[in-house]
Amino acid sequence: MQKTLKRYFSIFVLPTLIAFSFAFIIPFVMGVYLSFCEFKTITNATFVGFENYIKIFADKDFINAFLFTIRFAVVSIATINLFAFALALALTRRIKGTNLFRTVFFMPNLIGGIILGYIWQQMINAILLRYETTLVANANYGFWGLIILMNWQLIGYMMIIYIAGLQNVPTELMEAAQIDGATGWQTLLKVKIPMVMPSITICLFLTVSNSFKLFDQNLALTAGAPSKKTAMLALDIYNTFYGRSGYEGVGQAKAVLFFIVVAVIALSQLVLTRRREVEQ
Amino acid sequence: MMRKTKKTSDVILFCVLCFIVVAFLLPILFVVMNSFKGKLFISDNPFALPTAETFAGLTNYVNGIEKTSFFAAFGWSVFITVFSVLAILLFTSMTAYFVTRVKSKVTSVLYYMFVFSMIVPFQMVMFTMSKLANMTHLNNPVGMVILYLGFGAGLSVFMFCGFIKSIPLDIEEAAMIDGCNPLQTFFGVVMPILKPTAITVAILNAMWIWNDYLLPYLVIGLSTPYKTIPVAVQYLIGSYGAKDMGSMMALLVLSIIPIIIFYLACQKYIIEGVVAGAVKG
Repeated sequence: MQKTLKRYFSIFVLPTLIAFSFAFIIPFVMGVYLSFCEFKTITNATFVGFENYIKIFADKDFINAFLFTIRFAVVSIATINLFAFALALALTRRIKGTNLFRTVFFMPNLIGGIILGYIWQQMINAILLRYETTLVANANYGFWGLIILMNWQLIGYMMIIYIAGLQNVPTELMEAAQIDGATGWQTLLKVKIPMVMPSITICLFLTVSNSFKLFDQNLALTAGAPSKKTAMLALDIYNTFYGRSGYEGVGQAKAVLFFIVVAVIALSQLVLTRRREVEQ
Repeated sequence: MMRKTKKTSDVILFCVLCFIVVAFLLPILFVVMNSFKGKLFISDNPFALPTAETFAGLTNYVNGIEKTSFFAAFGWSVFITVFSVLAILLFTSMTAYFVTRVKSKVTSVLYYMFVFSMIVPFQMVMFTMSKLANMTHLNNPVGMVILYLGFGAGLSVFMFCGFIKSIPLDIEEAAMIDGCNPLQTFFGVVMPILKPTAITVAILNAMWIWNDYLLPYLVIGLSTPYKTIPVAVQYLIGSYGAKDMGSMMALLVLSIIPIIIFYLACQKYIIEGVVAGAVKG
């Protein structure tokens, strides 16, 4: 069977492979090479070694964006997962209206980042109007605005994953805990949380990678204002490419660094989830 | 006694949840409400309901639609999303089938390249990809479909592979013995079994492509008639936003409506698909 199928390579694989080459393989290889070059157009580049990478660390905007992203990631991961888990617990108690609640909580996840960003920009500006200020007046407003926005968008998503996890906790286990006289807190800490650890790992990494790669929401909400203080990594890379002529090489080098950070996060997730799977 | 305390706590919980639901819907209600006010009245008191004086009817909607040619943007969004998802479903399932069933060095290299592409952020390839797309004349809606097929291939091939591995070989072998060629086997026997995974793949890709801003913006740009909804929204607000808040609010409402209709129509599949995608991705 393998042999006959092998002859159909051009029909089964080639269309995907050609598209994949144009969208990914060629741009990726070129991107790695160009990060060591100075260039304005991709066909006319001069090799400069590690110069672009050295320039990154002298770039205050980049360092600021890096710190902002980490700060944002830490706060949003904690808040999103906490709220999502609490809602998941509430929605697995078979109370009235569970389906409606679930529908509403999940909905913001489907709205695109640009549109979400502008909705919240209008909403927050309307609130700040009472205090005669705006979202872009202070970098802290932008920071908390983004946190609120991301919570609004991702709580429902994570909640759905936690609900799936909680529904898989065997009922015998819950009944055994009840017979042993465990309080609500004890069942939560000693039974439910250990049993949903796989969901927790998934949600943690989804929020980490979403926070690190955030772009659309950042662009629409503040676009980095005031003076690039609320720009995150992805937006900073974008600004370096398209906002500063002659810095394309530096932008590409930043993109490579960004890729390495995101890849390390993704790979550690893989290792962690694999290890858990073995244990169970 | 036990039951009674549970009941009261459930009532409190129900009230808390109702409160959260209102908080969740508030931003959307806010935008809807203001989209019916005259553009000069919005900033006076953004949280007031429209009154006889401030009510602007559909003026904002008419302006928003005209300034962005919203219906054209809607059309291009539909075109790009539908054809990209169809292309992804057809070609990546075939590729995944080949990669799983033919065991060779080439196929395992291919498989790992697809998996690898999943962890690469878009910023890594955005500059080179958009320049390459311009050079190779992929900067049009049909080209976008090809690019989405390429960029969506990683996750889709990965998900199809995971499912195809679990299909027993016997069925395919029986089909082959009956004289089916690989294409007939794939479309007649394998494809129907793939349906649940295909729904997940379709939903994940549709959500991503419909909402994607950067790829269409960089490849197609602002100066063409092929703007998608996110690009059109950014275009209107970037250039008129401060001046005309009314049409901006209307445009935001218009952009949400198709998503909400789609969501309410296939909520079950969307939620299942997202859970399956999260667990596997």
